[in-house]
Amino acid sequence: MNKLTKILTNRAFWRGALSVAIFLVLWEIGARSKVWMAPEFFAPFKELLGAMGFKKDYLPWVGAVPAPSGVLKSWIAVLGQHGYWQSWYMSFFRVMGGFLAAMLIGIPFGLMLAVSRVAHGIGFPVFEVLRPIPPLAWVPASIIFWPTQELAIIFITFLGAFYTIVINVLGGARSIDVRYFQAAQSMGSSNWDIFRRIILPGTLPSIVVGSAVGMGITWEVVVAAEMISGGGSQQAGTGGGLGFFIWNSYVGGSYEQIVVGMISIGIAGFLSSELLRWGGRYATPWLKVR
Amino acid sequence: MAESKVAPKIIPGELALEGVSKSYGALHFRKDVVQNCSFTIERAKLTVMVGPSGCGKSTLIRLLAGFEQPSAGRITLDGAPVTEPSRDRLVVFQETALFPWMTTWENILYGPRARGELTRETLDFGEFLLAKVGLQDFRDKYPLQLSGGMQRRAELARAMINNPKVMILDEPFRGLDAMTKELMWEYYSRLYEENRRTNFFVTTDIDEAVFLADKMLVMSNIPTQVRAVIDVDLPRPRRLIDLVESDRANDIKKQALSILHAEAMRSFSRGSKAAADFVEAYLKRASRA
Repeated sequence: MNKLTKILTNRAFWRGALSVAIFLVLWEIGARSKVWMAPEFFAPFKELLGAMGFKKDYLPWVGAVPAPSGVLKSWIAVLGQHGYWQSWYMSFFRVMGGFLAAMLIGIPFGLMLAVSRVAHGIGFPVFEVLRPIPPLAWVPASIIFWPTQELAIIFITFLGAFYTIVINVLGGARSIDVRYFQAAQSMGSSNWDIFRRIILPGTLPSIVVGSAVGMGITWEVVVAAEMISGGGSQQAGTGGGLGFFIWNSYVGGSYEQIVVGMISIGIAGFLSSELLRWGGRYATPWLKVR
Repeated sequence: MAESKVAPKIIPGELALEGVSKSYGALHFRKDVVQNCSFTIERAKLTVMVGPSGCGKSTLIRLLAGFEQPSAGRITLDGAPVTEPSRDRLVVFQETALFPWMTTWENILYGPRARGELTRETLDFGEFLLAKVGLQDFRDKYPLQLSGGMQRRAELARAMINNPKVMILDEPFRGLDAMTKELMWEYYSRLYEENRRTNFFVTTDIDEAVFLADKMLVMSNIPTQVRAVIDVDLPRPRRLIDLVESDRANDIKKQALSILHAEAMRSFSRGSKAAADFVEAYLKRASRA
């Protein structure tokens, strides 16, 4: 309760709310207006616009997208549908699956590259060759490679987070102040002790940063993978994840639902980052001090 | 005193360097940082090494701590050769090297815990040291929550709990503001006067050197060698106010400064930036004295 009143009396909160409100109002007005701008205004540029592929008297204008009121209506309708929530669940499941796998494999792998010259010599060149390949380029190959489409999508989300996490862990472990090692060594630490009490906590802030960035990429990748692979659904239209939800709405001509899907992904991404930030703060209490 | 009850007996050691050289690089890229350097850090004395910045003092410290090996010559602790880092020779670094992810208390207990020596006695000794450095109220704070002076004191406690035979301090009070620095001098010399460990203190600050030292080593610029050894026979316990009025202290200071000045002029003629800074600082100080 106290926290709520604190938020409600905060100027920054109201500024943010005002910004969102203005955006929504402008969007609503724009979507309802049937004329974009006086045609004579862009008459001088007609040739140029034509060359760019625009039709004679058509320019994209906000009127071409559904109004927020329509989106809200469509959203409310969809809230009661099992398929919509199933999409949420599927996308979350894939993101979390890929992301957790990326953490479980990426953190030890990054640490290994950091502490062992041999591991670095063997592992890093392959890693660096594979790293520039965008995860989405893996879609066809992984559909062929993995037995189910579900695994293929999870694998692609995994790739999205994996490289970022490894690079951050490696960089973080490498940038630990050499004096910490010297101090620990002088005081009689074993190698294991140095790993556990110096390298691991010293890398933790970079792990948190790498995970946050990786999580963002994961959401980008999962949506695209779902669109391309057809969502991996058994029955069309349900259970395909939020990416497939958008694609399906587009194919079905339900433009309000496209926006519903887009906003849903925004919310989902925000929730995951918040969760991660919270976890990160909990894991690195020494950074939030002062 | 209370310490005799909680503290294990202190056994001060004696560190000796015989003809130690250290160079980096090879062939004509070779740079001799330390050349044929010999001196002794006497048992239960506070030896202060003073020299211009960039004169290779930090290299010497890495050698003494065992982080690096000399290219030639021998370093011995009580006759036994120094080959690797050890709790016998602990370094308190320039600026803080407290582990940021551990609280003050965890930092202090790091050494004993790493060696599996967390006994009732060690914990009591830890409490004692925590009180000694005046950080009881900050025991569960992280280093970032401590002021510069507190961090230095926490680090002194973290070193002392290991009962090193020699404490090596590498410009430990650098970067503190003038007021805190002077407080730390008095504080640190009181700690030393109480337990008389073997201390090796490295600094660029001549006032700091005169105030703290039993014995002062004045160093030459690269390659590092001992230019002069000055006995600082001022009475203990020392207080800053007494030293300001002491003619003997001023004599020692002048003596050291004239050696350092000659040294700086020599490197200045060779075009060292550090030396140029030093000459400037020296001239300012000389005009004040």
